[in-house]
Formats: sequence, structure tokens, C-alpha cells
Amino acid sequence: MIKFTFYLFALILIFAASRVITVKNPVHAALFLVLAFFSSAAIWLLLQAEFLAIALILVYVGAVMVLFLFVVMMLDINFSKLREGFVSHLPVAATIGVLILLEMVLVVWAWQKEIPEVAATVAEKPNTVALGEVLYTQYVYPFEIAAVILLVAMIAAIALTMRPHTRAKYQKPEEQVRVKRSDRIRLVNMPSESKD
Amino acid sequence: MPELYEFLVLGAVLFCLSVAGIFLNRKNLIIILMSIELMLLSVNLNFIAFSYFNADIAGQIFVFFILTVAAAESAIGLAILIVLFRGKNTINVADIDMMKG
Repeated sequence: MIKFTFYLFALILIFAASRVITVKNPVHAALFLVLAFFSSAAIWLLLQAEFLAIALILVYVGAVMVLFLFVVMMLDINFSKLREGFVSHLPVAATIGVLILLEMVLVVWAWQKEIPEVAATVAEKPNTVALGEVLYTQYVYPFEIAAVILLVAMIAAIALTMRPHTRAKYQKPEEQVRVKRSDRIRLVNMPSESKD
Repeated sequence: MPELYEFLVLGAVLFCLSVAGIFLNRKNLIIILMSIELMLLSVNLNFIAFSYFNADIAGQIFVFFILTVAAAESAIGLAILIVLFRGKNTINVADIDMMKG
């Protein structure tokens, strides 16, 4: 039964991935990418990585893919022009893809015969607990570096895309400090007027 | 339960599909970014498969960090894409040649 589920989700995953790279419309590509993330989250559930499966759906489907969709819809792009040369690149892409696949499968196949069977153990505690126990002790420094990486990414994304307001009025402290009396006050000499 | 090699072959198929995707859509920057996401996904699948079959949680920790870095990468990548589109009004990779590389 588990094997059937695995193959079902694997087929959906491969179908979605091949659609991502072949569809014309990038919005459809992003939606097929969502399908790919969902089915691989299901496969991760089969491997008892519950926390990461949920995190994949929350972080990727919830945040990253929405970001992709936003960008695709915000930019006004002529996508048909970007597809020029799709057919002419097909032979070289197929050749390289099949070659890499053959090499990888050969490596896995050759390696599998020498390695003894490793017994998968049934987890004695929940996946999230097990993950948290090592994440906050043994891997606490990498965890903090990951937090800094996220902060840097956030600042970089904002700094790259922020445009200064042209109509906004700012104070310029350096000019305010440098101002002289003569810039602001003009003494005018005028004769006093008579009463009548 | 499927064997370890079945997961590895699935990861390999996914990786090759995304490599082919980069070749096929070499003009469209958005699809290239999506292909990179697919590549990272296939690597994560390998890590989790090894973590399960070796009964070692370290693989899942690594996937956690890869997810973090991938999210940061796609955020900055899309920000650069937007800046490029504002400046040059295109996302065609063939047109982005101001550095003459």
C-alpha cells in the first residue's frame, strides 16, 4: 500500500515537474510547481519527516510560490518572445538530461549492490521533538546563522526594490547645521515715514 | 515500504528534469529560478531518504537549512529580477549583457 502511494505521488511529481519546464504561461508553471511541492511533501510524509513536510507546504506553497506568482503577474512581459528557441534547444536539453540521469542511475545501481541493507527503525518519539532536540543543542550555531541569512535576505530584498519617494520631503541635517545668519535674515534700511 | 534506491532514482529524475528545464527556458529568468527550486527539492528528497534509511536525524536538519537558504535565494533572486525589469524593461537573459560576460 505504501509502495502504491509512493509511486502515485512520484508519478504526479514527475508529471508536475515536466509541466513546469514546458508550459507556455509562467503562471501555469508556478501552479504546477505548487503541485510538485505538494506531492513531494506527501513523499516526505512517507519517510516520516512530518515536520519538514508541513514546513515545505507552509514555506514554499504559502510564501515562496505566492511571491513567484506576485512577480509573474506584476511584470508586464511578452512571454511568447521568451520562448524563442525552445524547440531548437530541445535536443541538447534532452541529451544532457538523459545523460545525467543515466549516470546517476548507474551510480545508484552500482553502489546499491555493495551496501548491506540498512534497517529503517520505527521512530520512538515524534519527528518534531527529535528534530528540535538536536536543532537547539547540537546545531544551535548553524540555526542562528540561518536566522542571520534570512535577515540579510529580507534587508537585501527591501533595499533592492525600494524606490525613494520623489515627492517626499526630507530634512537635511547637514544643511540645517551649516546655515548662517546671513542666509536667513535680511536687514532692510528704510526711512521712517512721516505722520501725515 | 519502497527501497532506498527508488527514492534516489526519483530524486535523480527530478534533478535531470530541472537541468533540462534550464536548457529549454534559457531566456526566461522566472522559469530558470523555478528550475533551481526544483533542483533543491530533489536534493532535499535525497537527504530525507538517507535520513530515514540510516535512522539519522542529521539529514533532516540539513534539509531544514537548505529550505532556509533556498527561501532567501528566491527572495533575493526575485528582487533582482524586479530591479532588472525596471531598468531594462525585459527579463530575457540574452538581453542582460551589460557586463559583457
